[in-house]
Amino acid sequence: MTTSTPLLSVRDLAVSFPGRNGGAPVRAVQGVSFDLDAGQTLGLVGESGSGKTTTGRAVLQLQAIERGSVHLLGRNLTTSSAAQVRGMRRHMQFVLQNPYSSLHPRMAIASILAEPLQVHRSVPRSAIPARVTELMELVGLDPGTLQRYPHEFSGGQRQRIVIARALAVHPDFVVCDEPVSSLDVRTQAQIVALLQSLQERLGLSYLFIAHDLAIVRHVAHRVAVMYGGHIVEMGDTAAVFERPGHPYTRCLLDSVPVPDPQLQRQRLAQVPLEPDFRAHAGGSGRCVFGHDHHDGPAWHWLGPGHGVSCRYWPPDLARPEPVPDPTG
Amino acid sequence: MTDTRKPGRAAGRSLIALGLFMLLGMVVVTALGPWVAPFNPSATSPDSLAGPSAQHWLGTDSIGRDVLSRLIIGGRTTLLITFVAVAVALAGGVVLGLLSGYVGGLVDQLVMRALDVIFAFPVFLLAIAVVAALGPTVPNLILTIAVVYTPRLARVVRGPVLSVKRWDHVEAARSVGVGEFRIAVRHVLPLVVSPILVETSLVLAQTIFTVTALSFLGLGPPPPDPNWGGMLSEGRQFMELAPLTVIGPACAIVFATLTFIVLANGLRERLDVTGK
Amino acid sequence: MTVHNPAPLLRVQGLTARFGRGAQPVVKGISFQIGAGEAVGFVGESGCGKSVTARALMRLAPEGSSVELGGSVLFQGEELLQLGENAICDIRGRRIAMVFQDPMASLNPVMTVGAQIDDIVRRHTGVGKLAARQRSISLLDQVGIRDAAQRANDYPHQFSGGMRQRVLIAMAVSCAPDLLIADEPTTALDVTVQAQILRLLMRLRHELGMALMLITHDFGVIAGMVERVYVMLDGEIVESGGVDAVFAAPQHSYTRALLDAVPRLHAPGERP
Repeated sequence: MTTSTPLLSVRDLAVSFPGRNGGAPVRAVQGVSFDLDAGQTLGLVGESGSGKTTTGRAVLQLQAIERGSVHLLGRNLTTSSAAQVRGMRRHMQFVLQNPYSSLHPRMAIASILAEPLQVHRSVPRSAIPARVTELMELVGLDPGTLQRYPHEFSGGQRQRIVIARALAVHPDFVVCDEPVSSLDVRTQAQIVALLQSLQERLGLSYLFIAHDLAIVRHVAHRVAVMYGGHIVEMGDTAAVFERPGHPYTRCLLDSVPVPDPQLQRQRLAQVPLEPDFRAHAGGSGRCVFGHDHHDGPAWHWLGPGHGVSCRYWPPDLARPEPVPDPTG
Repeated sequence: MTDTRKPGRAAGRSLIALGLFMLLGMVVVTALGPWVAPFNPSATSPDSLAGPSAQHWLGTDSIGRDVLSRLIIGGRTTLLITFVAVAVALAGGVVLGLLSGYVGGLVDQLVMRALDVIFAFPVFLLAIAVVAALGPTVPNLILTIAVVYTPRLARVVRGPVLSVKRWDHVEAARSVGVGEFRIAVRHVLPLVVSPILVETSLVLAQTIFTVTALSFLGLGPPPPDPNWGGMLSEGRQFMELAPLTVIGPACAIVFATLTFIVLANGLRERLDVTGK
Repeated sequence: MTVHNPAPLLRVQGLTARFGRGAQPVVKGISFQIGAGEAVGFVGESGCGKSVTARALMRLAPEGSSVELGGSVLFQGEELLQLGENAICDIRGRRIAMVFQDPMASLNPVMTVGAQIDDIVRRHTGVGKLAARQRSISLLDQVGIRDAAQRANDYPHQFSGGMRQRVLIAMAVSCAPDLLIADEPTTALDVTVQAQILRLLMRLRHELGMALMLITHDFGVIAGMVERVYVMLDGEIVESGGVDAVFAAPQHSYTRALLDAVPRLHAPGERP
């Protein structure tokens, strides 16, 4: 672990939604903790209902939090006032999934890109047009199209505009929520390449939320796998993808279709185990590793920076040997 | 995807053109009133209850005043009250509707319940009651009508606001750091303009009716100011002798109301409001 | 592997489709064939015309529009483009069936799933209510829905996304069609559920001897499911061939560009 303070530090984040018709509340996120260093990408993967999108929005303070803390650049966002949070927004930006709805349909691109600059007063008014042009060039769009409206652009181009808007005020950290899911495969590759090149040039950090594991493999330095509102495995991308510890991670990796006909045929021919992860939510008493966590985090380290949760672990499945906490 | 709405939109465009043409005509004629009207509307003459002639295109009333001139000048007052009252109602309605819809919660409840009280009264009875209590001056009329129609416009604003405030671009703007007020005004309001335009046209049509009806009952601007409702009321007694004293104002009222109805329908087609 | 029948189950020649007279065609004269029991894939980016092609085979038009078709679609020797409405309705569901992307949009929300399957069974086989319900329950069981008899009385919203897709598949195979067209059947599903649905489709194919026309933008999905693949771009077929050959050595630059753009889960040679 690094000794310097991470750019973003999330501790024990929990989000609940009121139940339908007065039923039990929905615990979308239940105690998520992670760090993000400058210039790094943390991939957050999971299926629907895992809580990954809610986590992203909660970190950005766009979603009310039940408990937990979010520290950005040393400042605790969860205890800051609304005005302070708004001020901090120049450091944390959001790229949403749907490029068709995340841009104001009646605003010209020039105005859309100028707005963050006006709101945060980061450049003098006279310098705004120059900065807007710069942003267009940064994401590979023609500044001559600045007076056009969103509907005149393709999905991929619109996503570039969304990215340009996010970069307007030089943020340190961007949450990308399924940024390429609604795009064609070639456009996906272009946007992913753009995000990576921007990270290198500007030293950005990304919380990259996606369900497509192959893309996450490509962009993330570290990855966290979510299930049922918890992180069930987290570590360096290579470690998690090549030596997955948690059975759910293994199940996910086995299910991802790969564009290799022979391999894919083999995989589909095998009849997989389909363990019911949800039945083993765990929490109190001894865990599957035989350890009693006493209300502490249900976490076991497998290697440097690579750990798994003992939750959602069917007891009859193999368990790797945990190692002592490398953070010491 | 084929645009199956095209026939509606084309019809909408022609209706709007027609409505605007009618509106322009009315406004120009009444605005230029004093210069266009052939006679002084208050000028009496011994030639009373005359039929149409080269001098008096629409004849004269019971005390010899030129009907056409009175229609033109009367139109000024009627239209003035109408436009100003609806403008005030629109301003109030937009502010309250946006506030209520965007902020939600307790504020929404309070504002809507307060407006509901006004809404519960039949428009006309409320207007009569207020004007009778405060006196039939032009400012009072404007105020009454504005108050009476504000809840309706507020409601028409609030509905779409509740929906639009959940759209992605609003959350995107919030994540950028745009303040709530600016979001409400720049990111939400411009997208609810269509239903507001349609409803405003309908309210204008109704207001013409309300203003003229109030004047008909004697609660309008006091004489000697001519106004359509008053002319209708006076002309009633002499309907058989000089039908134009009734037909004249009646046609004017119908024309004005129709103008706004045509505009409302045209806007509704063109903007596809019902589709939202 | 596959032997091309001299008289394939489906032979399409010069198929064109346009929305409205005089409009630009979205399918520009494509030709392909599917043999009995064969699995064929159509892959391409959005707007390439693959979905329109699939619907054209059943003479369906996308919502709210009308489509003009040209060319020839020979299914079991019959020219589908010239059949009357009644005749094509007889074929739809019975000999050619379709599974769409969004199960919630394809299922009637106010009818139990059992009733919906009953309807189809009775429409095409004319059996009585009881016999139809038994068939429905056995179908639900065949597609892997546990407690089929009870679940037949549930409404679509009481099922998860994957279950709903299974229901849709049950409806599609209810009359043992000769050809099943699946248009992005797993795109809206979670990846673990995707794998289950793909396995189900494979199993049903073998159990019922159906031919499968699989349309998707996902190369991974196509790879394990079909024997031959057609790559579409802008209303035309730019490449076709055995799936192993096309993936290993794509001939057309567009196919190469697409395959290059697909992100790889594991670097070559590396497996967990």
